[in-house]
Amino acid sequence: MEQFANLMYLVASALFIFGIKGLTHPRTAVRGNLLGALGMALAMAVTILLKWDAGFTAYALIISGFVVGGLIGWQLAWKVEMTAMPELVALYNGFGGGASFLVAGIALLLHGDYITDPVTYHHLVNMKLEMDGLIATYASGIIGAVTLTGSVMAFCKLREYKWVPNGFLFQGQNLANIAILLLAILLSGLGCYYSASLWPYWVVVLISCVLGVMLVVAIGGADMPVVIALLNSYSGLAAAATGFVIDNNILIIAGSLVGASGVILTGIMCKAMNRSLSNVLFGGLLSEQASAGPSADDVYGGKVKSTTPEEVAMLFDTAQRVVIVPGYGVAVAQAQHAVRDLENLLESRGVTVEYAIHPVAGRMPGHMNVLLAEADVPYEKLIEMDAINPTMSTVDICMVIGANDVVNPDARKSVGPLAGMPIINVDEARMVIVVKRSLSPGFAGVPNPLFAMDNAQMMFGDGKKAIIELTNCLKEG
Amino acid sequence: MHNDSEPDPDSDWEKKKSKNEVRVMSLIASLTVFFLAIFVGKEIITKVPPTLHTPLMSGSNAISGITVVGAILMLQHAEGFVAIVLGFLAMALATINVVGGFAVTHRMLKMFDKR
Repeated sequence: MEQFANLMYLVASALFIFGIKGLTHPRTAVRGNLLGALGMALAMAVTILLKWDAGFTAYALIISGFVVGGLIGWQLAWKVEMTAMPELVALYNGFGGGASFLVAGIALLLHGDYITDPVTYHHLVNMKLEMDGLIATYASGIIGAVTLTGSVMAFCKLREYKWVPNGFLFQGQNLANIAILLLAILLSGLGCYYSASLWPYWVVVLISCVLGVMLVVAIGGADMPVVIALLNSYSGLAAAATGFVIDNNILIIAGSLVGASGVILTGIMCKAMNRSLSNVLFGGLLSEQASAGPSADDVYGGKVKSTTPEEVAMLFDTAQRVVIVPGYGVAVAQAQHAVRDLENLLESRGVTVEYAIHPVAGRMPGHMNVLLAEADVPYEKLIEMDAINPTMSTVDICMVIGANDVVNPDARKSVGPLAGMPIINVDEARMVIVVKRSLSPGFAGVPNPLFAMDNAQMMFGDGKKAIIELTNCLKEG
Repeated sequence: MHNDSEPDPDSDWEKKKSKNEVRVMSLIASLTVFFLAIFVGKEIITKVPPTLHTPLMSGSNAISGITVVGAILMLQHAEGFVAIVLGFLAMALATINVVGGFAVTHRMLKMFDKR
């Protein structure tokens, strides 16, 4: 029976891999996701069949746990706004980490029962952990607990709750974090040695919970995409560690797939902001570094040209190629649909319209693409930064909507907080229209010389209202 | 006379040794699976276009809910109040991850492939 179960686990693993492979193209992605779900259903069914005589209580608990969790998960999944997707994914990450350290904790508990009284608990002989299993248990405890509280913290930050502190809680917090981690590792060693006692495990979990909060609280809102991707990776690693605890290959395989995925996305996000992971994690808030450099008055003084929807509508009369650069401001103003209407109108007049998407345009990897897909923008029109940059000089009008730092030409300079960050080269377009509420700086806290350039004009106002007005002017004109 | 150079296969020490060898082999096998899966993951995931990075995250999130298998296994063995409560919690949390993760990914991917 166990051989059959392992064979089925292998099939489920293959389904996970084919599932993720399906995600390499939007057309095959829906099927890929369903394959993954099928793999999960198979793994669960086989596990239940493996010990079908476990008794009524066990099945009552398994089924009720599934129903409760399933209902909550289903509700969250269908109610969430697309703008709130980062929060939801953060929360799911946390739950995954939590489940992992709980399972590892129960495994340790059963192991302790057997060790202390092998006669009474003779049926738990398979639950006995050796040293590698114990190490994995504590690894799962640390990673899982950090994932849980770190994710809840990230959730609160993304929700912008007022009580959440921003930045370091106290001086030398990084050192304190290292001390906490060392303490957790030390206690883990102790726990592995006295493997029959449970308290070291729960103390380690508690300490790691504190560590998770302390790590994420110091990280600024702009860096949340990196944090979510990293926690995604942790939730996978916690599952893999739990797989080592209960000696189960499918947990190891699925966990390491997710671990790899999270690490890759973390790397992509860091690269898109030209920052190292350690700088994101331990550097504190970005704005603290913004000190020297030209003031807003130096950059903007008398050079910023303001324009109106009527004037912009006239500019579109001669435009052949238009590129829209959306930032998170589009989502805040709920302007996706208005932008889509504008795109439709322009296209009906024979204008080519594309969207240039910076990797950190949204609040998590690929977030902006989802927001635009929700507004029915076809995915073929969403062009990656590296693909569109070489052609920017042939663009007649570039519309920057609710974006700032990702189009700041100062990023090409060697100094300043944005130095070296890859940007969309909107300043190379023949004409740049910036739709923005004011000249206020972005997350980096520095002025944007783009706004004062000769080929740039500012269309001040709320993103959605401004775009709707512009569309109306175009219709009338 | 007892011959020391020929070990008795039934001796406790020998049993323990061979049991240890089996254990180490199975640990090495698990580590092999772990590292190979990371490489496979890296190979496929680098091919996922940025457009689908959010669904990739929520979908892989659902897959990390595989801990649900561990929760089921634990509940099948659990006795006593603490183990049962923790097991139920683990089961519920992991299921939120699995069901919610696949459902929300499906919802997003449908938007990409409307036509």
